[in-house]
Amino acid sequence: MDSNAALVDFLLGLGDDRLVLGHRLSEWCGHAPILEEDIALTNIALDLIGQATLFLGLAGDIEGKGRDADALAYFRSDREFRNHPLVELPKGDFAFTIVRQFLFDAFGYHLLQALAESAHEGLSGIAGKSAKETAYHLRHSAEWVVRLGDGTEESHVRAQSALDEAWRWTGALFVPTPAEAVLAESGVAPDLVGLESVWRSSVDEVIRNSTLELPEALPPTGKGYRRGDHTEHLGTLLAEMQSLARAHPGATW
Amino acid sequence: MPQKNTESALSPEDAARLEAFEAHVGKGGYVEPKDWMPERYRKQLIRMMSQHAHSEVVGMLPEGNWITRAPSLRRKMVLLAKVQDEAGHGLYIYCGTETLGVDREELVEALLAGKAKYSSIFNYPTLTWADIGAIGWLVDGAAIVNQTMLAKASYGPYARAMIRICKEENFHKRQGYEIMATLSKGTPAQKAMAQDALDRWWWPSLMMFGPSDTNSPNSAELIKWGVKKKTNDELRQRFVDLTVPQAEAIGLTLPDPDLRYDEETKHWNFGEIDWDEFWTVVKGNGPCNKERLEARRRAHDDGAWVRAAAEAYAAKRNGHNRATAA
Ligand SMILES: [Fe+2]
Ligand SMILES: [Fe+2]
Repeated sequence: MDSNAALVDFLLGLGDDRLVLGHRLSEWCGHAPILEEDIALTNIALDLIGQATLFLGLAGDIEGKGRDADALAYFRSDREFRNHPLVELPKGDFAFTIVRQFLFDAFGYHLLQALAESAHEGLSGIAGKSAKETAYHLRHSAEWVVRLGDGTEESHVRAQSALDEAWRWTGALFVPTPAEAVLAESGVAPDLVGLESVWRSSVDEVIRNSTLELPEALPPTGKGYRRGDHTEHLGTLLAEMQSLARAHPGATW
Repeated sequence: MPQKNTESALSPEDAARLEAFEAHVGKGGYVEPKDWMPERYRKQLIRMMSQHAHSEVVGMLPEGNWITRAPSLRRKMVLLAKVQDEAGHGLYIYCGTETLGVDREELVEALLAGKAKYSSIFNYPTLTWADIGAIGWLVDGAAIVNQTMLAKASYGPYARAMIRICKEENFHKRQGYEIMATLSKGTPAQKAMAQDALDRWWWPSLMMFGPSDTNSPNSAELIKWGVKKKTNDELRQRFVDLTVPQAEAIGLTLPDPDLRYDEETKHWNFGEIDWDEFWTVVKGNGPCNKERLEARRRAHDDGAWVRAAAEAYAAKRNGHNRATAA
């Protein structure tokens, strides 16, 4: 894989993770447990879609086939999406949404921090801006993980079962794709092994405060899964997201 | 004017206060939370402000319906930002209402029990993407006409909330109008979508201003106390006058064969509103009344354990802090 193709693939992944997770969060809009969370979750969704637009836009520029962020978001099929399976899982209850968000925010934060130092200037610029936003997302989701874990008996049980479910998909975050391997070599992207250990220590700290337990004995779901492998849920998510744009190909909105 | 029953038993002291109060608001003075105010004034404001807050919150539902299907990333972001603003408006107006001595929880309970009203416009369905344009343009547009007046309301916290909110409503209106303008310049299917949305949303938008003046029991009192500065019909006329040229400018037709410019009055005359439809929706039998309330109840019920967890956690932290401070 040449380094340009690797970069495009990786940028699509960064964009797709955020587009898909932003979609899941936006499903809460108008239905959150309290109005303050309608605002917070919508705000995070908005940041994620904004980041997705920048990453996909850069992917399209480097690809050089005239595809902009919208073309990439709305006119690729599910098999072409490069997101992690973790982000496409249905939103579940508030506990699942929060726990999944926390695990992803911690991953996103450390990845973006590292990418802010990337040898690729366009990428480092977007990553630096996105890392600042993600620091807020992480604070929000970490606070809720602790609140739910150490709240009531019911919230503890719900948060633990959310953690058991989401945890099984986190292994895939750290299995490098061929593109990620190429980019780690050239200093464009960080090495995922090193990233896993910083991610793990920030996760450990919050989980300890939350009184929850990491289900380490559970086998990872989809052994060997990595970025770009999907569940059945992505197809229906994209069917919804892309339906209007695809019904009017070539239209301007 | 004969005194209302509720105030007929006023003590001489209260009668003097009422007189001073009315003189103050009559001169355009503001009323602040700690000031004396007639009980009826307080009740009317709680009713208006909580209805307004509920409308912001319930209004998130029809528009939220299109977030996941917005046809471009930019439109998706603008819509997310708009719906988030509406949640912020709801929160802000609930806080404003609390200055009158009620709490948000009570107000929300009244909404969920079906005892409090919200704007009937949100009981209509959003069937196509163009409805998002029509809502921004017409519904936020009508809200601006109403709220520009309320920004001068005699109750200080309400007036200040309206000033702040109106700025955002202007942005909402612009994005909606821009959606409609883009659609009407687009493919034949897009233009048809825009016209269809306008056909469905025009009359309900006019109904947003409430019953006609001959049929509006609260108006006189609200105007006397400086809460409202204009009547429902005056506001409705202002909205029609503003909107007719906007529709023309983007090549869409308002669904009213009686629409005519009156050279003498310099106003647009319009046809008769279907008041039967208006009352049907107000009384709870519009196309989506049931769904909207159910969605709010579901969010509230499903979220009960989350609110309980947050309270329990906060209580533990407070206990902990007290223990370490002691
Ligand atoms: Fe609003
Ligand atoms: Fe608005």
